[in-house]
Amino acid sequence: MARVIVVTSGKGGVGKTTTSASFAAGLAQRDFKTVVVDFDVGLRNLDLIMGCERRVVYDFVNVINGEANLNQALIKDKRLNNLYILPASQTRDKEALTHEGVEAVIGELKQRFDYIVCDSPAGIEHGAHIAMYFADDALITTNPEVSSVRDSDRILGLIASRSRRAIHDEEPVQELLVLTRYSPERVERGDMLALDDVLEILGIPLLGVIPESQSVLLASNEGVPVIMNERSDAGSAYGDMVARYLGEDRPHRFLTNERKNLFQRLFKR
Amino acid sequence: MRFLDMFRDQRAPSASKAKERLQIIVAREGRNSALSSDYLQRMQQELLAVVRKYVAIEQDHIKVNLDREGDYEVLEVNITLPDANTGKPVHKTPTRAR
Repeated sequence: MARVIVVTSGKGGVGKTTTSASFAAGLAQRDFKTVVVDFDVGLRNLDLIMGCERRVVYDFVNVINGEANLNQALIKDKRLNNLYILPASQTRDKEALTHEGVEAVIGELKQRFDYIVCDSPAGIEHGAHIAMYFADDALITTNPEVSSVRDSDRILGLIASRSRRAIHDEEPVQELLVLTRYSPERVERGDMLALDDVLEILGIPLLGVIPESQSVLLASNEGVPVIMNERSDAGSAYGDMVARYLGEDRPHRFLTNERKNLFQRLFKR
Repeated sequence: MRFLDMFRDQRAPSASKAKERLQIIVAREGRNSALSSDYLQRMQQELLAVVRKYVAIEQDHIKVNLDREGDYEVLEVNITLPDANTGKPVHKTPTRAR
């Protein structure tokens, strides 16, 4: 049975697209048929992060409007066999993602894929609502910073009351925390909210902590999901996260400030 | 070492302040709150309607507030009743409930 996962946050710029790209790539690496769908109509960026921006011909809205079929719009990843991208539209208005249209596309994707990863736009408006509506699981992407935590709490409220599962009185959406841009050094100095603080405030289980890392920017420069850079700290943290999501028991890393020696500084990014 | 300390930031760690502020705001408007701000606003309207059946008060003579004290959420309803003679608000009735 296919599973729909929304990557959401409320606040913008916290790492939703980075997380969506790496999470989807990680599932595909483990031989699951995976599609990652960009819900950010008007501001599509998943294509850039995935490195397929020049291959976009048709998009999500074209499929909804019947101007293209799913096969025409889905972009097959060049690196991973089981990975597909459904890009958002760049020009249409946000209301283009109709409830019925999205339901039909997700229904069709469920026939063909094991995992459907939905990259939500920021905010709590229509786009974010439709992105989370059909979800079975929600990855709540949060930075250890006051506005991000507050917005995550708002989004959790929205999922709890207005998702399909909530409305149909089914088992609630599984909400999991992905704490991104974490800097153990700054936490130790008392300048940044600690993991435990965020967990206490949001009250949801932790899926992964992604350290603040140069490698995220470098990966985006090249259009490669950072998880594919296994030598990087952020990449291996995403690797752990995917393993945990699939039920493996992996200890959390990058929670303390390990001072790198010269050798590590030279060879690790 | 003392000399080097001069260049260090002397402020108290700000993360604890961030946590404290977040706990308050999340209790007030978040999903964990039994009374979200939306709920509070509607309750304020209804309370106003009930009180108005008996006493003529203005919209801003009723204040509903939610605070957090430790593990408790404290609901504070403050109704300012007008003076019977002058009609001006004089008497404050703070009511606290949990």
